[in-house]
Amino acid sequence: MVKNKENSEDLEFWATNSEEGGWKIDSTDEGSQKMSEEESEQQLKIQTGSDVVDDYFIDEETSEDERMIVNMGPQHPSTHGVLRLQVELEGEAVRRVKPIIGYLHTGMEKTGEELTYLQGPTNTTRMDYLSPFFNELVFSLTTEKLLDIEVPARAQTIRILMTELNRISSHLVALATGGMDIGALSMMIFGFRERELLLNFFEKTTGLRMNHNYIRPGGVAADLPDDWQKDIKEILKIIPEKLKDYDEMLLDNPIWKGRLQNVGILTTQECLAYGITGPSLRASGYGWDLRKMQPYSGIEKYDFEVPVLQESDVFARWRIKVLEILESLKIVEQAMNNMPKGPYKIQDKKVTPPPRKRLDESMEALIHHFKIYTEGFKVPEGEAYVAVESPRGELGCYIVSDGSSKPYRMHVRGPSFCNLQALPVVMADSPIADAVAAIASLDPVIGDVDR
Amino acid sequence: MTEVQHVDVKDYHQDIQTLFNEGYEMMVDLTAVDWFRKKEPRFEVVVNLLSLSKNKRKTIKVKVDDKTLTVPSITDIYPGANFYEREVFDMFGILFENHPELTRILMPDDWIGYPLRKDYGSGRIPVQFKNAPKVD
Repeated sequence: MVKNKENSEDLEFWATNSEEGGWKIDSTDEGSQKMSEEESEQQLKIQTGSDVVDDYFIDEETSEDERMIVNMGPQHPSTHGVLRLQVELEGEAVRRVKPIIGYLHTGMEKTGEELTYLQGPTNTTRMDYLSPFFNELVFSLTTEKLLDIEVPARAQTIRILMTELNRISSHLVALATGGMDIGALSMMIFGFRERELLLNFFEKTTGLRMNHNYIRPGGVAADLPDDWQKDIKEILKIIPEKLKDYDEMLLDNPIWKGRLQNVGILTTQECLAYGITGPSLRASGYGWDLRKMQPYSGIEKYDFEVPVLQESDVFARWRIKVLEILESLKIVEQAMNNMPKGPYKIQDKKVTPPPRKRLDESMEALIHHFKIYTEGFKVPEGEAYVAVESPRGELGCYIVSDGSSKPYRMHVRGPSFCNLQALPVVMADSPIADAVAAIASLDPVIGDVDR
Repeated sequence: MTEVQHVDVKDYHQDIQTLFNEGYEMMVDLTAVDWFRKKEPRFEVVVNLLSLSKNKRKTIKVKVDDKTLTVPSITDIYPGANFYEREVFDMFGILFENHPELTRILMPDDWIGYPLRKDYGSGRIPVQFKNAPKVD
């Protein structure tokens, strides 16, 4: 019985907040757990992360022995794919960075020379896998420019609708993975959760969640599904609410601010020198958006604004993506309300394959069907470069045609490829932990880098 | 909107510098076209410049000499040309003079041949497991 009594005493001892006590903070096995009481306000701020002490200084006399070259990637979650970085470290400070790419190179430009113009979007859609619609759009626009045709109004509006929804889904992934890299894991789950809403709509419309092959030269592959307004209305209702949640969680969060503010500065001059466009350029205070400056697919008819921030740090690059989602929602709403009726493909028999039903009735339709799917339509000689504003910046397509049904040369100017060049500028002389935040803020998609 | 300007290899660097001074702040794209057995000389380097202040684009085309296959590098004017010139070197084998680090960028360092040339057939490297011995 004595033993039992001991046990009950033990229980009492470990029961926290018991009235009788016996449990003291400084009486655990590990010694005193009490925080020091005389902590200054400054120290508290540093501990909570609202104040960052920049104690890094460049020491010229550091010997070579203290420098270390570390390979980060290609298999590293925070490199967003298979990006490899050779990082020269001095303690925790990053001295030099060399991005090594090509691990995902699949020769898509070479493949593009062997596919007909109708098959082309299947290839380009796999480049930037987070914004497939933009890749299809830019290829289709370039082909249409060479053909000198204009797609019907409904096709144009559907294109704008889908690409702007795609911009939202792509930015949501950027916010999610950016949060994950810094340690805000809930942001990762939130971002992917809301993206699911958009992917479901894409699946309903195109049949696939990614790599849609939906926008094609001459229009779009299929009309919007029945009751599509209902889905869009749901998206328009839910996404702003969730964005408010993100803002509540992160906008005034001292840890989030401390990790991102004044980190990874990329000034306008650097952006111009390295050819960086898109959110990174706009976050540095230069309001350049191809949707406003060189509009495509009739986007000049929509009423929206281009958010510009001056801070040019990682925080601004994160914030501008949130603001751009709100602007894209405006465009989506206008596209939904002003969706014109009519055909969603150009009514040109040489470009658009006939509908399946016509094949049983018309010999001519059968011939056109056969010709388009075996040989493809011919594109006049010439060359064209068309650029659109993808979620990551200027996405351009350069096609040289020799008059046959396949491009003679197809080159895609991927924004990630260009933005990656600035990585050494952004990362140099900053702690390795900030480097991860800097990569996330540039939002590279390796499929677009390597092609 | 896009103007095309043909320049000679000798004047290429100087012309790009002039355009930079005229307000073409950004080099957007640099690529090459292989006119194998179609045109002489064989290679053509295509540079796309963008002026943000004037909202204008300009395409510069340089014909590359068949014997030397060399073009001056413009990385000293536009640092962003670095990756693009490496890509063109990797894919077409065109050399860029005074480039800080002209190495292969997308293909492995020990790769033989230049994939985007027209005389480089696709599918000429067999897929690894195609000729593998059969396992019973």
